[in-house]
Amino acid sequence: MLKKRIIPCLDIKNGRTVKGVNFLQLRDAGDPVKLAEEYTRQGADELAFLDISATTEQRKTLIPLVEHIARRINIPFTVGGGINSVEDAANLIRAGADKISINSAAVRRPDLITEIASRFGSQCVVVALDIRLTKGQWEVYIDGGTKNTGYNAMHWSMQAERLGAGELLLTSMGHDGTKNGFALEITEQIAGLVSIPVIASGGAGNTIHFQELFEKTNASAALAAGIFHFRELSIYELKIFLKDKQIPIR
Amino acid sequence: MIAIVQYNAGNTGSVQNALTRLGYESIITDDTDTICSADKVILPGVGQARAAMQQLQQKGIADIIPTLTQPVLGICLGLQLLCKSSSEGRINCLGIFDCAVKRFPTGQIVPHTGWNTLEEMKGLLFSSIERLKPDVYFVHSYYAQPCSATVAICNYILPFSAALQKDNFYATQFHPEKSSGIGEIILKNFLTL
Repeated sequence: MLKKRIIPCLDIKNGRTVKGVNFLQLRDAGDPVKLAEEYTRQGADELAFLDISATTEQRKTLIPLVEHIARRINIPFTVGGGINSVEDAANLIRAGADKISINSAAVRRPDLITEIASRFGSQCVVVALDIRLTKGQWEVYIDGGTKNTGYNAMHWSMQAERLGAGELLLTSMGHDGTKNGFALEITEQIAGLVSIPVIASGGAGNTIHFQELFEKTNASAALAAGIFHFRELSIYELKIFLKDKQIPIR
Repeated sequence: MIAIVQYNAGNTGSVQNALTRLGYESIITDDTDTICSADKVILPGVGQARAAMQQLQQKGIADIIPTLTQPVLGICLGLQLLCKSSSEGRINCLGIFDCAVKRFPTGQIVPHTGWNTLEEMKGLLFSSIERLKPDVYFVHSYYAQPCSATVAICNYILPFSAALQKDNFYATQFHPEKSSGIGEIILKNFLTL
């Protein structure tokens, strides 16, 4: 049986792991290489790595860091942040990324999804959506959550799938870092609309939040950061809990 | 020396990293002489079957693979290319394994992405773990139908070939290089053939 995945995420700025609340108030969460090794040991099903550095200068550290982590882990590795072209994607894949996550650049130029998918296959392309409930509608934000595009999250999800996305990573900005649980309703709505896997992100605060996500939605995976970084919960403990609740877990 | 075949857009780096972790030297190459003289050959692969086959043909690799006598391991798309044909781009493949590659039916979640269970394992690739029901990492939209060369089954929507073996040719639909400790055992089984 296909298992539900638990994916720890490293948000990287200037070569360090950081974590914020609602995309703001970033604080240091440690050395990304050490965290990557630790999560692999704990039984993570995949590792995500999102570069949130704002400038090209800061991004120069990215490729060596991706290489470094890729050499040390034996689980799938998704890398995102600032990818604007097929060439950017190719460089990261060469450095050891298995999947590429694209967000703002895909909104600005949707053809980028198709271009990366036709070179590396759809299974390589994760389209990440940062979404927020805005005047009664779930809308897509870009540029690290600073700019509202006004796009409807459901429409953009379907369009991303049509263009060749192999997976969607759905982050509810309003839930991010709050530890109040995942955005269940919109996750279920989008998972019901598309036929590619949906990864839910934002809001994980305890084991029950993961249980709810997998019982109440068709999400294929849960992504979390702060709860793991600050040692509130280990992936190992979480998986034992979920197995006990009869959720298919590796 | 282990040759990792370079063509189009394979995840050759990930495969090489895994071999290095296991203490094996390897070379990423598209040179036919190097491939022919290697102790073992790995044909990795992510991407599209048609583009990949064209690359293999242009580089002259498609002609030599069926003639190889050392152990050969196809991974993911590599497995599909070793089959008879693929409905992805409606092409003929290398024809080592006598089975067809088809797309998972629509209406289900595709690609099949994540950790799923191996069943009915047999043969040298699974030495010491035949009795387990291990989870390994898959990510694919096309699958090889079960056939006489099938040495492991996985169920997703329908039963498909998770691994194939015929003579010196081995192949896995899953990614052993991304399948944690169990994947390392499977890779090591191949490397010590």
